[in-house]
Amino acid sequence: MDENVKIIGDTLHVVLPNSQHSVAFDSSLLKSEAEKVISSGQIRSIKYALAEGAQWNSLTLATIKGISGSADSKNIPSDLSALPVGVSKILALTKTTVIDDAGASETEPSNLFLVLGNMTLAAFDQAKELSSFIGLSLSSFKRFFLGKAQYQRSDLMAFIQATGPAALVIVTVVNLLLGVILAFMGAAQLKLFGAEIFVADLVALGHTREIAPMMTAIILAGRTGAAYAAQLGTMQVNEEIDALKTFGFSPMDFLVLPRMLALAIMMPLLVLYGDAVGIFGGFLIGTLMLDLGPIEYITQTQNAIGLIDIMLGVFKGSIFGILVAITGCKEGIMSGRSASAVGDAATRAVVSGIVAIILATAIFAVLASALGI
Amino acid sequence: MLNPNTAIGIKDLTMAYGDFIIQRGLEFEINKGEIFIIMGDSGSGKSTLLKHMIGLMKPKTGQIVYQAGDFWAASEEERKIASQRFGVLYQSGALWSSMTLAQNIRLPLVTYTNYSESDIKDIIALKLSLVGLAGFEDFYPSEISGGMKKRAGLARAMALDPEILFFDEPGAGLDPISSKRLDDLIIELRDGLGTTIVIVTHELDSIFAIGDRGVFVDADVKTQTALGRISDLRKSPPSPKVAEFLSRSSK
Repeated sequence: MDENVKIIGDTLHVVLPNSQHSVAFDSSLLKSEAEKVISSGQIRSIKYALAEGAQWNSLTLATIKGISGSADSKNIPSDLSALPVGVSKILALTKTTVIDDAGASETEPSNLFLVLGNMTLAAFDQAKELSSFIGLSLSSFKRFFLGKAQYQRSDLMAFIQATGPAALVIVTVVNLLLGVILAFMGAAQLKLFGAEIFVADLVALGHTREIAPMMTAIILAGRTGAAYAAQLGTMQVNEEIDALKTFGFSPMDFLVLPRMLALAIMMPLLVLYGDAVGIFGGFLIGTLMLDLGPIEYITQTQNAIGLIDIMLGVFKGSIFGILVAITGCKEGIMSGRSASAVGDAATRAVVSGIVAIILATAIFAVLASALGI
Repeated sequence: MLNPNTAIGIKDLTMAYGDFIIQRGLEFEINKGEIFIIMGDSGSGKSTLLKHMIGLMKPKTGQIVYQAGDFWAASEEERKIASQRFGVLYQSGALWSSMTLAQNIRLPLVTYTNYSESDIKDIIALKLSLVGLAGFEDFYPSEISGGMKKRAGLARAMALDPEILFFDEPGAGLDPISSKRLDDLIIELRDGLGTTIVIVTHELDSIFAIGDRGVFVDADVKTQTALGRISDLRKSPPSPKVAEFLSRSSK
């Protein structure tokens, strides 16, 4: 038996050893010994004491509370009088502080149907949120075209600057490299047939119709969509959106509209720029590594693509821009009011933005082939 | 219709988040020019009540009536006009963080008034000096302290010379001296401008120092359990809980 647990008469004497953060005692041994005695029923009371010259801390308290808890359930009284005044005072406090758990939610047993049902309801709620947000955006755009929307022109300019010119470097790098990659991939196959010159066709068509709009949109989803969600979410936390509402400003007009406009204006321009940079990437590979003549490459490119291909890419770009704006702004404006909720909003904005872009790309591919564009 | 001396009437108001009832059967009137306190324990829905009064949440049932009429029965356009008659000081100030203090105050002024640019500049300077922030026009909210943000928020709330000012926990996060100064400022605004003031708070020092009348909303029974002059409620509290709430500081 542990030397700190002694039975004298019908009283259990528990002596608590020195306890400091660096010198922990074996509290589980002490507790199990004491509980053995308590459950054996050979005692009528418990007296606690602190070992000679020992210090006490939270572990001491937790140990006493553990032992006296099991003693209480057997109606064995605990005598704390030999302990320092502080210990008995704090222990008394742990008894009076009862947390009212009446409002705590009951945990329901989870089963497949419950999970499925909750997921369905959540999906419905999201669909409802999304359609109401799109509706609100449309009415905001209507006010914009009627000249009734209240927003700050300086905001719009700042967002245009942040969305377009500030993204030029990354858009350049990514599109240039994609043009290079496309040229390399094409060259590897086309070389087999001695048809290297068609690398120009591949890069020009592939880049303007598919790659440039999609990749530029994905960059903006990560760059601008996330920024929008985080900005609006923080404003939500800060009660700034409430303040706008109580001054009679529509957060849709004031905050969402300029952000959406900025993306809708800048996306097509960035795609057009991305087209040029990507084709230049292909041109570099074609002329430097495949020994195609510069004039030859340019002529081949000119013959390969028509205005319709460029227009298709730019049109797709504008649609993707609107998708990024919708996901970013929706998640931000409907964000919860905590730091983690803002993080979630930014994450959801990027993820749903990218998913929406890929989905739309697939739909466009089907439509374009059906329409023969 | 409201009695001409009444600023706000709350009639049989029930507030809820979805199906979860926060408070029901709230019924009181706030007189013009008084400092009215909405008090209650935490979770009682006193901030939610404020959100209903300033148009951020729609009542489940019941009415909130201003001199202009039933607030929530009006169209959105009418509600916008009605909300220009009141100002709100949010708990954290809620200044628009992308704008300087001057721009924060300027925005409602350029939107809702026909003042010239130089008049607006003077008014901004006046409002900022009223709250002790003269010369801070070009600071951004992130560059000033919490107490200053709150005062700047008050300057913005007063931009349109509101008839009613709402305060959400004005003392929260302020040191005792700043809190006392804000209380003094509130009284001076009431005395000087005749503004009706509605304060949500649980700070007893403020309640006793500046409150004229008040309502106590109880989280347990989910309705109001006390209404009347603060001094009367203190002398003869209508329920043990109100007594406990109001007696803490005098213990």
